[in-house]
Amino acid sequence: MVQYMQTGFDASFAALSDATRRGVLEQLGRADASITDLAEKFHMTLTGMKKHVGVLERAGLVATEKVGRVRTCKLGRRRLEEEAAWIEGYRQLWDARFDELDKVVEELKRKEKVDGRKKRE
Amino acid sequence: MDAKRESEPTPKNDRTTAERKSERELVVTRTFNGPARIVFEAWTTPELLKRWWVPKSTGLSLLSCEADVRVGGRYRFELGNGASEPMVFLGKYIEVTPHSRLVWTNEESDDGAVTTVTFEERGGKTLLVLHELYPSKEALDGAMAGMGGGMETGMAETFAQLDDLLVTLGASRR
Repeated sequence: MVQYMQTGFDASFAALSDATRRGVLEQLGRADASITDLAEKFHMTLTGMKKHVGVLERAGLVATEKVGRVRTCKLGRRRLEEEAAWIEGYRQLWDARFDELDKVVEELKRKEKVDGRKKRE
Repeated sequence: MDAKRESEPTPKNDRTTAERKSERELVVTRTFNGPARIVFEAWTTPELLKRWWVPKSTGLSLLSCEADVRVGGRYRFELGNGASEPMVFLGKYIEVTPHSRLVWTNEESDDGAVTTVTFEERGGKTLLVLHELYPSKEALDGAMAGMGGGMETGMAETFAQLDDLLVTLGASRR
């Protein structure tokens, strides 16, 4: 249910829904590449490839760096961030539950006090 | 741990901690302002459990909640968000030690964790430690990739593929 509370995965879900983008990730898994290289490999215009790389970049799956006139693409740091985000979502779920549980505990404590008083009377 | 047991730490805003303790374990802690028998009661009485298990902030509601809290007893929670199919969480209690320990299985999938909750009373307060042990590293990784209980299979498969792909990519870089 943690997954329902966070939308962070949506971006990578969308990013991975496209065969070319999956191919680009595979390619970058082997070696860094410029957008021009990628466009050539996938028989695509530079503009088209830029769009795909943009989607992957927003999802954190790819990082790009511009050196001179060449933009180099490599794999992003998504996995570590993904795990940290998941654990924070998990913590928040329990935190929200426990805030509610606090209320139940307070109520039971009050009830016990009242019941105890009744018994003594 | 017991070096400074006299000085009760001041409660912070985020009193709930969570961390991945190992490749297969998650641990959550929280201190409650009440004796262990009361906190335990709130975990083991279905009418009370219903009141806190699905907080409003999740956008979900508890459609049904059955919990036969005794060794071998089963539980089944149904959660819904109105739109999609309800999510079902189920399993059985394998250890019920009044006021101190509760262990149950999570059987939504074959990769479900075993959850252990301990209640430790100190000066009228209760330190609660929730520990989830997954059968393998892959199972916990899978849960983190969004394959947790109740996900529609299609989505889960996609995430599994994403995970596989990322693992492959990571490996081929090294």
